[in-house]
Amino acid sequence: MTVQPDIMLSPKPSDEVRKTTCYMCACRCGINVHMKAGKVAYIEGNRDHPVNRGVLCAKGSAGIMQHLSPARLRAPLKRVGPRGSGEFQEISWDEAFAIATSWLKPLREKAPEKLAFFTGRDQSQSFTGWWAQAFGTPNWAAHGGFCSVNMAAAGIYTMGGSFWEFGQPDWDRTKLFLLFGVAEDHDSNPIKMGLGKLKARGARVIGVNPIRSGYNAIADDWVGITPGTDGLFILSLVHELLRAGKIDLGYLIRYTNAPYLINAHDGAQKGMFLRDDDGKPLVRDRKTGQALAWDTPGIAPDLAAGVSMGGVKHLPVFRHLADRYLSPDYAPEAVAERCGIPAPRIRAIAAEIARVAFEEEITLHQPWTDFRGQRHETMVGRPVAMHAMRGVSAHSNGFQTARALHMLQILIGSVETPGGFRFKPPYPKPPEAHPRPHARHAPGQPLDGPHLGYPLGPEHLLINGDGSARRIDKAFTWDAPLSVHGLMHMVISNAHAGDPYEIDTLFLYMANMAWNSSMNTSAVMDMLTDQNADGSYRIPRIIYSDAYSSEMVAFADLVLPDTTYLERHDCISLLDRPICEADALADSIRWPVVAPDRDVRPFQSVLLDLGARLGLAGMINDDGTPRFRDYADYITNHERRPGVGPLAGWRNDDGTGQGRGSPNPDQIARYIENGGFWSSHIPAQAQFFKPWNAAYQDWAVSHGLYDSPQPYVFNLYVEPLRKFQLAAEGYGHRQPPDHLRARLIQTMDPLPVWYPTFTDAVTDPAEYPLHALTQRPMAHYHSWGSQNAWLRQIHGDTPLYVSGQIWAQHQFKPGDWATLTSPHGEITLPVVRMDALNPHTVWTWNAVAKRRGAWALDPAAPEATKSSLLNHLIHELLPPKGDGLRWANSDPVTGQAAWYDLRVRIEKAPAGQTVSAPAHPAQTSPVPPAPRDIAHQVKE
Amino acid sequence: MTSLPAQTSRKLGLVIDLDTCVGCHACVISCKGWNTENYGAPLSDTDAYGEQPEGTFLNRVHTFEVTRDAAPPMVVHFPKSCLHCDDAPCVTVCPTGASYKRHEDGIVLVNETDCIGCGLCAWACPYGAREMDAAAKVMKKCTLCVDRIYNENLPADDREPACVRTCPAGARHFGDLGDPDSDVSRLVDERGGFDLMPEQGTNPVNKYLPPRGRDTLQAPDLASLCDTPSDTATATGFLGWLDRTLERL
Repeated sequence: MTVQPDIMLSPKPSDEVRKTTCYMCACRCGINVHMKAGKVAYIEGNRDHPVNRGVLCAKGSAGIMQHLSPARLRAPLKRVGPRGSGEFQEISWDEAFAIATSWLKPLREKAPEKLAFFTGRDQSQSFTGWWAQAFGTPNWAAHGGFCSVNMAAAGIYTMGGSFWEFGQPDWDRTKLFLLFGVAEDHDSNPIKMGLGKLKARGARVIGVNPIRSGYNAIADDWVGITPGTDGLFILSLVHELLRAGKIDLGYLIRYTNAPYLINAHDGAQKGMFLRDDDGKPLVRDRKTGQALAWDTPGIAPDLAAGVSMGGVKHLPVFRHLADRYLSPDYAPEAVAERCGIPAPRIRAIAAEIARVAFEEEITLHQPWTDFRGQRHETMVGRPVAMHAMRGVSAHSNGFQTARALHMLQILIGSVETPGGFRFKPPYPKPPEAHPRPHARHAPGQPLDGPHLGYPLGPEHLLINGDGSARRIDKAFTWDAPLSVHGLMHMVISNAHAGDPYEIDTLFLYMANMAWNSSMNTSAVMDMLTDQNADGSYRIPRIIYSDAYSSEMVAFADLVLPDTTYLERHDCISLLDRPICEADALADSIRWPVVAPDRDVRPFQSVLLDLGARLGLAGMINDDGTPRFRDYADYITNHERRPGVGPLAGWRNDDGTGQGRGSPNPDQIARYIENGGFWSSHIPAQAQFFKPWNAAYQDWAVSHGLYDSPQPYVFNLYVEPLRKFQLAAEGYGHRQPPDHLRARLIQTMDPLPVWYPTFTDAVTDPAEYPLHALTQRPMAHYHSWGSQNAWLRQIHGDTPLYVSGQIWAQHQFKPGDWATLTSPHGEITLPVVRMDALNPHTVWTWNAVAKRRGAWALDPAAPEATKSSLLNHLIHELLPPKGDGLRWANSDPVTGQAAWYDLRVRIEKAPAGQTVSAPAHPAQTSPVPPAPRDIAHQVKE
Repeated sequence: MTSLPAQTSRKLGLVIDLDTCVGCHACVISCKGWNTENYGAPLSDTDAYGEQPEGTFLNRVHTFEVTRDAAPPMVVHFPKSCLHCDDAPCVTVCPTGASYKRHEDGIVLVNETDCIGCGLCAWACPYGAREMDAAAKVMKKCTLCVDRIYNENLPADDREPACVRTCPAGARHFGDLGDPDSDVSRLVDERGGFDLMPEQGTNPVNKYLPPRGRDTLQAPDLASLCDTPSDTATATGFLGWLDRTLERL
């Protein structure tokens, strides 16, 4: 036998473990940062953390390389070359603050709306919104408008919450899981963990996605749907379930507005609910045949018959719903070709949903009491769960598709029941419980209320008397009435056009708007550099904050360098986008596990400093001195309402407060002691049926989620949508422009509706026969992965994947390149065959492509030379219709960027193609060249 | 030539579930992080931010497409690292004895002090599971985290390979495949675990669990599931059902 060497079996992994929150994507897992000699040596998942329970994705483990990225900015930068060139001079923070203050102070005093402050993927929106409100500009929002606002808005209006941060499948109990569209991009580890649980017990996973990659690769059944037709497919499932009577009528009667009677009188109230003198919606009582208030004790609400009043028959919501979806228009045969799914397969999926929901019912022997005071001995669940995110959202029919998906979940009675979909506190929260949007501004004054909110009718639109928009992004106008996350993707285009008005300073944080976060990227770069006749810029001033040398940096006049996520405080707050689980309230922090070795500062602390210099309310003391030392001080001491602050845990001086309590100076220390997070479990009797569960409602009030119990019923029929239709039909004082009337009537339907995407509707299928999609690789987060030496070896280029049919048709060979052409532009990329793909769809990875000179990459890096962005093919506007109007390439309800509506044609590129196109010239890098080779090992 | 132990007391290894792996590369990077910081030379990266970045990885995930005649194509994510073979050709080919298989647990390791970087072992391995580190010029391979699994400085539940600890989908399992009663052996039995390329005669310890059948959904027609099926798809038939059902509620 060979003599074995003695090896060290128990090396000390580190001197110390510091537990904080990951920021390699938006998932917010807990991480253990292993420190050696004061340096970051190794990162792993935190086993105690409610989000990830110890696991960690590729991004998370590669965080060390992000922390050490050569693309990190080093000091504040002042532009010295032409905008876009990347030529900067490093300056002191004193000078940076002096410049920013000299620009912003006069604006605030004279025209605060001329500051447009938009933030990207940060998770401090309740803070940045508060700052913008204090400044007084109506022009603030984060990135939801170009991300997944359709899903969020449809969820809130329909049932008081949606997926991811709003809720999750009941992974431990569900027996059938349907995943719609690309979903690898949000909630990444919890979904993988959930899929793992389903797989471990053999539960069926059905993936509905044009592309069989990632999660769809492990789906037991794959439905290679044609992009943009998810809504039609879902409504066909609804048709089948209705036809077979496989819907939960008891659930619909108790927990939804299915029995509400709809006014059938012609006139200004048609389509609104019939209401009594107290404003309560009426239902037909089957016992008496009378129309009574929906919550009258002891009644038996009808779903079928209506009541005659004034000679007109008023039918319940459910009857309208059934009449619509039982129509042969939604029969599997009628939709099969458009969806690219054979009719028998649609039937089989509907039957499987029905079988699992009603034959594999789950009963928990857990008594609970509903808001009517009725006690239930058990909790009965329908173990079918669903999830969707960006994929079905990013279409011009995305809002209604997401509505349809939520309706499907509700019809089978699976929402908030065991085995189904569960809300995460502070959700459920119906639209009425959210604020309305605000935009009233005055020189030197704070805004009149929060920027974003949920309109309940045309009266809440942010428009002037002449119909013009109050916000630079035209959110909350007739163009996109329910744009509840704003329209960040329209800001640069509108500011450049001076439409609806000109701005002075564009202030962006962590948003790569000069590259992968904008539609029409090349033109956006031109807009940012465009000059007036006198040589001044069309967008006069641009301030940008980022930790890294992203493409956007080169377009700023002043750059405020942020820290990495390991060098800063953050709070993942219940006021914002918290990390709660379905059975627990939770929030968390980041804290500086290492100090920056560069002259950089955390953006939120910089914003507080700037706010104090501008004298903004809430940021200064009575004597004018800064109120907060830094962001950590704000996190600890800011109160949004008395006793309710950014962090819910360890409030009061003794740390006993949960959700409510006075600020505790030791709060952050307590979070650090606990591993960076806090959580509080929901009592067992309150864990399901949350919108209607008295114990949950009381618990939510005691924890500061709201100030009084707010039970409500789900909106199968969304009455506020009907108000917009009525306006479009000519009723009411606020009237839409004539050119939008027909579209509003079509798209603001109070019951889910499907219509072809706006691009499909105007595209000649002979000229542009293909759909083109992107998806984000699981190992990258937006553009950040490419600066990461480890992750870029996994995904360093963006080949175009085409189906076997397209491959054969164009006689492609391995190594070929293809040019993809849309009505708006063209790109050229290497082409790769993939058969597990909808035959009429091509796709590539999102945001891997980089501009030369950015991210400290070699200009010859494959991200620049073998990659491109589909963004170049997607315009923020639809092709002109000849009516002289600018029609946005967005969802007409929420304004969400319709990324996935793209139609293209493909041609083989001439032999000899070696570099992708378009090839933008290199930016000058504001950071030194990266090292060539690395072998990072921290030795003690 | 280096000899293999006649038998090992235990056969520690991995069971990798191809039905569950989503191809996220979490295991790849977790492995890179731990093994850069621990056993032997760090796993280097050359041209790390350049045109042809190339680093050392002890574990990589490959993706294969499987086209089928009568069913939609499948995609299989296939994580691959050293399989710690019982009859490891990489050991017997080593001219210096640097490559060896531990008699107590069967883990195949490289003693970097004795490795001359000749690369014969990488040629001998039919799986391509060894990688020469370009900076250190020594052969690197999966250690099964031998410096984690017995590590007294780690909490007991962390004494497993980094790739297993981190796998979000739970597609990776670690244990003694020499013990027929171990959890991993049972899993292999239940799910039809298989050897990779058995024809090579390497007798790998690691096992793979095959993807379950895909695209098999053949549900009955909905009508057969109905208690009170509606005879027609018309609203009239539906309303009749609705009325009867509401009466029973």
